[in-house]
Amino acid sequence: MNRFALPIALFALLVVVLAIGIKHSPDKGVIASPLIDKPAPQFSLPSLADATRTVSTTTLRGRWYLLNVWGSWCGTCREEHRMLLEVRRSGLVPLVGLDWKDDDAQARSWLAQLGDPYEVVAVDHDGRTAIDWGVYAAPESFLVNPQGIVVYKCMGELTPEVWEKEILPRLQKRQAATS
Amino acid sequence: MRRDLIDVQTAPRPGRYRALVVGAILLAGLVVGAKVYAVDPTQLPDPKLQERYLALTHELRCVQCQNEAIADSPAGIASDLRREVRDMLLAGKSDEDVRNFMLARYGDFVLFRPRFAPKTAWVWLTPGILLLIGALVSWRIVRARSALVPLDTEPLEEDLSR
Repeated sequence: MNRFALPIALFALLVVVLAIGIKHSPDKGVIASPLIDKPAPQFSLPSLADATRTVSTTTLRGRWYLLNVWGSWCGTCREEHRMLLEVRRSGLVPLVGLDWKDDDAQARSWLAQLGDPYEVVAVDHDGRTAIDWGVYAAPESFLVNPQGIVVYKCMGELTPEVWEKEILPRLQKRQAATS
Repeated sequence: MRRDLIDVQTAPRPGRYRALVVGAILLAGLVVGAKVYAVDPTQLPDPKLQERYLALTHELRCVQCQNEAIADSPAGIASDLRREVRDMLLAGKSDEDVRNFMLARYGDFVLFRPRFAPKTAWVWLTPGILLLIGALVSWRIVRARSALVPLDTEPLEEDLSR
């Protein structure tokens, strides 16, 4: 019996290691962002509402914002839109849109039809800014603090659960810190 | 004769050749088709750059269609990332610059061959450690058994019968 003790123990250890790996592995297809706790990538892009104006990260500095990457070609973004309107109504954090590889006219009519939850929308035609932010599939949302640090990234749809469990607590922490 | 019988039985029937020919044509299609269906038409002016470009786009993983290299993927983001690689190479950046650019944005995931870093060390070290454990175990078994040889002093039955 004794000579089997070690192999069985090793096998049990392997089972435990693999079980932990399976349990804690992120959702299939989700890539952890290396941007968390790092300065948000800079950009300076034309605004969707008025192409002569620019939207830039330097003017966004000094306050919290939620950067939402979307496109009128993106189906999940349509599903997400209602939640974004909720966020706007809550008034807790301004939404900054990044219209990714989209047609301006279609993007404008999208906002006209579904409602515009964004304080401002930056237009990223060639997708370079999206690459700087490590975006790989819309929608994605980044919570950025007043120091310009990315504190959270939501991959995929911003659901009420994500809002309550991930974003609200981080925003409330800020209020606790300032009061 | 026995030989003839065997030959008759294993002689290929006409149908077998047909399967072979069809198989060969399909295989040839795979080889030729691979070039026809290549997603990436990029051609850099300098063959040296082109070679580096191909190597890099094959070692960078597409972030959307996650088991393909960006060289093979038709996804929009893959072609955007190829464009970044091309532009960086044309701007005289090194392969390492390109890798670091991708790492900073997409993390270790983008490299099919992960770097050796504190976070990824176990990926590289575990196989070696397991091999070492295996070698140690087999060495101990061999040593234990070879220690038995001098103890086995009884003559063989064969020798006794002489």
